[in-house]
Amino acid sequence: MDYVAPAEVEDLELHDPDTFITKYVWSQDHKVIAVQYSIIAIAVGLVALVLSGLMRLQLGFPGMFEFINPATYLQFVTMHGMIMVIYLLTALFLGGFGNYLIPLMCGARDMVFPYMNMLSVWVYLLSVIILMASFFVPGGPTGAGWTLYPPQAILQGTPGSDWGIILMLVSLVVFIVAFTMGGLNYVTTVLQARTRGMTLMRMPLSVWGIFIATILGLLAFPALFVSGIMMLLDRVIGTSFFMPVIISLGQQLDYGGGSPILFQHLFWFFGHPEVYIVALPAFGIVSDLLSVHARRHIFGYRMMVWAIVIIGGLSFVVWAHHMYVSGMNPWFGFFFATTTLIIAVPTALKVYNWTLTLWKANINFTLPMLFAIGFIVTFVNGGITGLFLGNVVVDVPLSDTMFVVAHFHMVMGVAPLLVIFGAIYHWYPLVTGRMLHEGMGKFHFWVTFLGTYAIYFPMHYLGFVGVPRRYYDYEGIEFIPQSARDLNSAITIAALIVGVVQLLFIYNMIWSYFKGKKSGPNPWKAASLEWQTPQTPPVHGNWGPNLPLVYRWAYDYAVPGAKDDFCPQNQPRSADAGSSAMVAGSAPSAEDN
Amino acid sequence: MGIVKKLTAKSWSAENSASDDQHLSAISPHSSKIGLRLFLAIVTSLFFLVVAAYKMRMDLADWVPMPEPDLLWYNTVILIASSLAMEWARRAARRGQAQTVKLGMMIGGLLAITFLVGQLVAWQEMANLGFYASSNPANSFFYMITGIHGLHILGGVIAWTRSMARIGRGDDEDKIKLGVDLCATYWHFLLLVWLVMFALMIST
Repeated sequence: MDYVAPAEVEDLELHDPDTFITKYVWSQDHKVIAVQYSIIAIAVGLVALVLSGLMRLQLGFPGMFEFINPATYLQFVTMHGMIMVIYLLTALFLGGFGNYLIPLMCGARDMVFPYMNMLSVWVYLLSVIILMASFFVPGGPTGAGWTLYPPQAILQGTPGSDWGIILMLVSLVVFIVAFTMGGLNYVTTVLQARTRGMTLMRMPLSVWGIFIATILGLLAFPALFVSGIMMLLDRVIGTSFFMPVIISLGQQLDYGGGSPILFQHLFWFFGHPEVYIVALPAFGIVSDLLSVHARRHIFGYRMMVWAIVIIGGLSFVVWAHHMYVSGMNPWFGFFFATTTLIIAVPTALKVYNWTLTLWKANINFTLPMLFAIGFIVTFVNGGITGLFLGNVVVDVPLSDTMFVVAHFHMVMGVAPLLVIFGAIYHWYPLVTGRMLHEGMGKFHFWVTFLGTYAIYFPMHYLGFVGVPRRYYDYEGIEFIPQSARDLNSAITIAALIVGVVQLLFIYNMIWSYFKGKKSGPNPWKAASLEWQTPQTPPVHGNWGPNLPLVYRWAYDYAVPGAKDDFCPQNQPRSADAGSSAMVAGSAPSAEDN
Repeated sequence: MGIVKKLTAKSWSAENSASDDQHLSAISPHSSKIGLRLFLAIVTSLFFLVVAAYKMRMDLADWVPMPEPDLLWYNTVILIASSLAMEWARRAARRGQAQTVKLGMMIGGLLAITFLVGQLVAWQEMANLGFYASSNPANSFFYMITGIHGLHILGGVIAWTRSMARIGRGDDEDKIKLGVDLCATYWHFLLLVWLVMFALMIST
């Protein structure tokens, strides 16, 4: 095929920053916004980390700390859960990584609506401030549990029922507004602003994961929005959307006739897709980490894309598996158990493809690779307990025990966090031009990885014994043996160690920013487009005078005869060692190495 | 190229790479139109969930159907007229008739504001009759649905003032055309949402 001259591409009008304020504060540059999102998310995540430490202190050494009473304990549980799921994981994956990677990986100069993108991060900050304000109002933050189930969430007697719950609901509504503004950008940018030659199936899996997760978020968050508004009305003006007839402290309240189950349906119609809003970007990013650091194309690229899309679709029809103990019709439970188990098929397929990517590959045990492998193992462990809980008969006795806590922390807490760590070690050189410190990173990995197993593995046994979750104290509960209490102390010690080591990671990020080894362009020899910018780190506008042209997928590694063993996406095919036969060397059907 | 063909492309092989190299993501329609359609999908999801909640809550024992004030019918007619005026402006914009565009946009926007005022008066009437938001779930839904819908109209009015400012300044013709087009699409959509919500409320 002869070379065809590139078509004229109309360039985006860029808002050029000239002052410090427009460059770093009210910036419309997607890279700056991504860093702003990430810093806010990590900062609020540290608050949630401290809260989990306080919870563990109480569980491991009950009664030793006077400032932790039943009310504050429940407030810690609630705020820890909500912050981690929404304000850290969702915001960091989509607002942080989504913002940074989508335009760079698609070959665009910026998001298509830069102004709205800027609004998104500031509205997000507003939602975080509102949430944090609830620590300082009378009564403190809400202690309703992160699921905020009515009626108890808004009744007197639940901690924070005066102001905390109102601030929580308002903060969630504001967050959803922020997310919608960002999300519209991510999806429209992927659809509209890809550079020439970047077909959908040439996009790196990171972009696919973030893209589909954003669509899930855009369609699922309205459920939280509606239920948030309805509960706010119940609390503030006394409607009875969710509130049944209630006698509280001997007095009948004005509420009547509402349905708490209705809230549960709305909440989980959001809540289950939320799991995949967190998981799909992790799936996508980990695929790219494995491929780059094992110098091998991702195994079954098309299957990986389809699996992401299918998982996204299925995630909307499994929500009621969170409600098996709500007294639902058994046929209803049967239906949701079936869909839940079906979703394991595309998920398992992805796990096989990750492991097959590593098969006979040239694995480099770099930091991102360590975290990526840690993710696979942890995700499989957490996923398998999900198969237990997905079955109604197994779930009923295990419901509301520590088994559930262990399951979801493994599968949607630790596993995505390992990917976030791996991704930060991987892309930090692109963002700052410097490498993170290797020794600190290795220490961080091993303590985090082994430590989380020390925390969550024993928790499964606690669940089997029947130790309930969300309890402040197990004193006087006879069926809980002394050994379980000892185990709790051990878990607490492990949790505190893991918590402290995260501070080392933060320190590493700050230290390396000033003193880290200079990375130079493309230190990992990655083929995808974000590493092919004229400058590292990329400057405003990303690409210099001309947008890059894309000639291949993002996984041409171990190409025989190629310089540095790989071909970047913007390298024309006619350039790889001069013959098309060589190109076939990168195809999955060909032998590797 | 169809979506199935796109998603089954073997991007690793050299087979179709020559044609793929020429691939450009769509320049037309304009990104703003895609963004608006996406936003409408989100709003659809929102109101779909409201309808689902309405249906579930309706089946419970304490539901007392609420009388709809006649004013709502007049408001509906006003909103339809508003949408028609927007469509008139959109078609005029396509033909390049600047004066008609201005007139149509002006009428459309003012009618939408009239609708909002009308909805507030309807709230007042309901409250005067003793149908407060907290007295019955049917009333609660009435206030919530009209409230959320009204806020969306209000958002439209804000976008409309920006488009009007653009027309007033005599901005670039293509930009004006795009603004009018987006307004008209949004207006039609919110009319549709209102008709569905209104039908839901009067049928129960």
